[in-house]
Amino acid sequence: MSLIQNFPFFTIILSMFSGIISFILNGKAAKWLHLLMTAAVLVMSLVTLNWCMVNNVSYTFMMGHFPAPWGNEIRVGTLEALMAVFFALLMLLSVLGGIANLDRDVQDSKKNLFYSMLDLLMASLLALIYTNDLFTAYVFIEICTLTACGLIMIQKSGRNYVSAIRYMIMSQIGSGLFLIGLSMLYSVTGHLLMTPASEALAQLAKSGSFDVPLEVILILMTVGLAVKSGLYPFHTWIPDSYGYTTPTSSAILSSLVSKGYIFLLIKLFYRTLDFNGLENGKLLDILFVLGIVGMIMGSVDAIREDNLRRMTAYSSVAQIGYIFMGIGLGTTAGVEAALFHMVSHGAMKALLFVCIPDLVDVSGGRADRAGLTGAARRNRFAGFAFTVGAMSMVGIPLLTGFVSKYLFAAAATGALRTKMLTAWIALAISTTLNCVYFLRVVLAIYTPAPEKEALAEGAAHSPVERTAMAGLIALNFALGVASPPVVWAIRSGLSMFS
Amino acid sequence: MSRPNPSYEGSRRQKFMQWLKGEYDPSEGKLETTEPDTSLFTDSEYHEIHLYLRNEYADNEEHFRRGVRKHLTRIQKLYRLMAVITAIFMTVLLLWAVSYEPSYGDPNAPENNEVATRYIEHGLAETGAINIVAGMILDYRAFDTFGESCVLFVALCCVLILLRVDADEEAGSHAREAMFDRHFEPKNDIILQRMCRVLVPAIVIFGIYVVLNGHLSPGGGFSGGAIIGTGLILYLTAFGFANTERFMTEKVARLFSVAALTFYCFAKSYSFYTGANHLPSVISTGTPGAILSAGLIVYLNICVGIVVACTMYSFYVLFRKGGY
Repeated sequence: MSLIQNFPFFTIILSMFSGIISFILNGKAAKWLHLLMTAAVLVMSLVTLNWCMVNNVSYTFMMGHFPAPWGNEIRVGTLEALMAVFFALLMLLSVLGGIANLDRDVQDSKKNLFYSMLDLLMASLLALIYTNDLFTAYVFIEICTLTACGLIMIQKSGRNYVSAIRYMIMSQIGSGLFLIGLSMLYSVTGHLLMTPASEALAQLAKSGSFDVPLEVILILMTVGLAVKSGLYPFHTWIPDSYGYTTPTSSAILSSLVSKGYIFLLIKLFYRTLDFNGLENGKLLDILFVLGIVGMIMGSVDAIREDNLRRMTAYSSVAQIGYIFMGIGLGTTAGVEAALFHMVSHGAMKALLFVCIPDLVDVSGGRADRAGLTGAARRNRFAGFAFTVGAMSMVGIPLLTGFVSKYLFAAAATGALRTKMLTAWIALAISTTLNCVYFLRVVLAIYTPAPEKEALAEGAAHSPVERTAMAGLIALNFALGVASPPVVWAIRSGLSMFS
Repeated sequence: MSRPNPSYEGSRRQKFMQWLKGEYDPSEGKLETTEPDTSLFTDSEYHEIHLYLRNEYADNEEHFRRGVRKHLTRIQKLYRLMAVITAIFMTVLLLWAVSYEPSYGDPNAPENNEVATRYIEHGLAETGAINIVAGMILDYRAFDTFGESCVLFVALCCVLILLRVDADEEAGSHAREAMFDRHFEPKNDIILQRMCRVLVPAIVIFGIYVVLNGHLSPGGGFSGGAIIGTGLILYLTAFGFANTERFMTEKVARLFSVAALTFYCFAKSYSFYTGANHLPSVISTGTPGAILSAGLIVYLNICVGIVVACTMYSFYVLFRKGGY
């Protein structure tokens, strides 16, 4: 086994170790440690991705001295490495993009705890991506939930506490359902690792025993992870959690945390629960319908919302709907589109959440449309960044949002006729609604407001934040212009799954 | 016919009945009592505490009622109905699913497969732990257990974020917390202190025993750490912060937790690295049954025990006065 093959394991352990050691560092050292750690994770994931693509293989890595059905194991392939690269990149850019706000919003004495949480969140996301063991997945789901709660309540205010409690309750329901499903799965298969469990499940499917528990397991695990990622009827925690906390937290929660759970769900579908067999069941149809409803209702809620950050949060509900719609199409192309949208939504949402506070700062702290009038003229860079993000969300060509929408529409052609038509109509309606609520904000922030010129004094000029925003803008363009390699990597990675 | 009993007046039975009704206190006038120590608080401080509590309470109450009026009352009936329906649906669904599962203790159940067989038959030889469960969680599946310890660590971080009163908090909050603590918590309770002198050493030593014998007998880091933590909390309740601060400050708890987790991290990384790359490892299983056997398991148990004990103690002090 070559050294490069150890890198995924190194990234997980490195981020966990940084999280632990940050506990006794001061805020500044913890910040540097976090940045260095994320950069190291990014580099190592890139090397792993390159290795996987060159050799075109996936492999399992024993966590200990004992092979598959007895010991823990992680699994590395092109898709996992690609996700790790994007997660590390988005984490780095989100933290850098909100770093001046962080200094202001987070109490000095608690900064090291915040970075400790971020490190452990990175570790849990990496573990969720790489794991080949269902119980490891559960343990790291727990870490992910708790750290996300910490990220919400790091800024002291009553609203954040309330939304953290809400997030906690909804998330714990999700974890609980997942855990019940997991223990039932263990009792019918006798395995916790994905590969042997899927073999045992194939045996069971052939013999036809335990049909009822298998169905319930499928429902429990899917619903559990859907609650945690914020699929439509379970989305009520999203606007508050994303809406009031420090921008870095909002960006990370919306672009990374919920995506980690969805990636785990896709991995479960492919590696354990037999995705192609699912097509015959009703589960994917239900996910499809909920995804469609989410796409429309999320946008409608966003139109009714006046607060810019909450509006962006509601738009996340719609985007999660897109992802589940792609999974629900029941074709591999649909899942590929969903995976691409996970990446591209991460890039767009991180950009939006990071640049909104700058616009709010030059509007006297007001986040409603009337208050934001002319904000882009007072802070041109943030205005440009917001416009790029909004255009990308709407799906203007050259930007990443266009590619995801195109992939969804193309994937729908391979699905059943009713699903194809529904998906196309829903895409059209949702895009129109996206246009309504994003473009009216873009229009508002570019409307001249001479009486507010004095507010421009409060404009924040943090070169680090600007560089990070520029990075996110570049990422949006890069994914929009040069999407084929990413799509190809997703496709080859997905084919390695089965 | 009820004739008054002349010997009833002043009898034990009458006193007992009176005591039951609460009219008679046998210890009255016979017991040495001390008045509450008024020197602790001045009148103005008492006044401040009461004012603060009243405002806090009234404020919350008002907010709560306003929120209820705004959001809840409208949908309360529907909400209750839906909650009941959901609960019944989930219960029926789970019971229905469970009724199809293999019955408990069935020798042909799927979980009695090669995995469990190997744990039971070769567990001792491969891990050196007589307690198979310790071998499973700290050797076969040590990565999961590292994750579990980190869950505790994250929980501790969250509670610290919420409750720790720092130097850069709003002025006076430190003093207020300390004042509340003196106001609400027991102080110099002789009975408690005498009992604790006997109990605390026994509890802590038992906890250490459970941790150290984790690989030999039922128990291990999680349960032993919880016992030690309980002992420390009991000691603090009886003797107050002035005494615990001599050995258990925030710095100590922090250093111990971090040192334990760091050791766990490095030890297991070494073990994972050598295992995955099929390199020779210096860790041997030792003589089964000896206290220093079973490779890393005994050290990992100590680490987990330290983390659990520190976390429990920290939770208690943070909830009590927001600091150590």
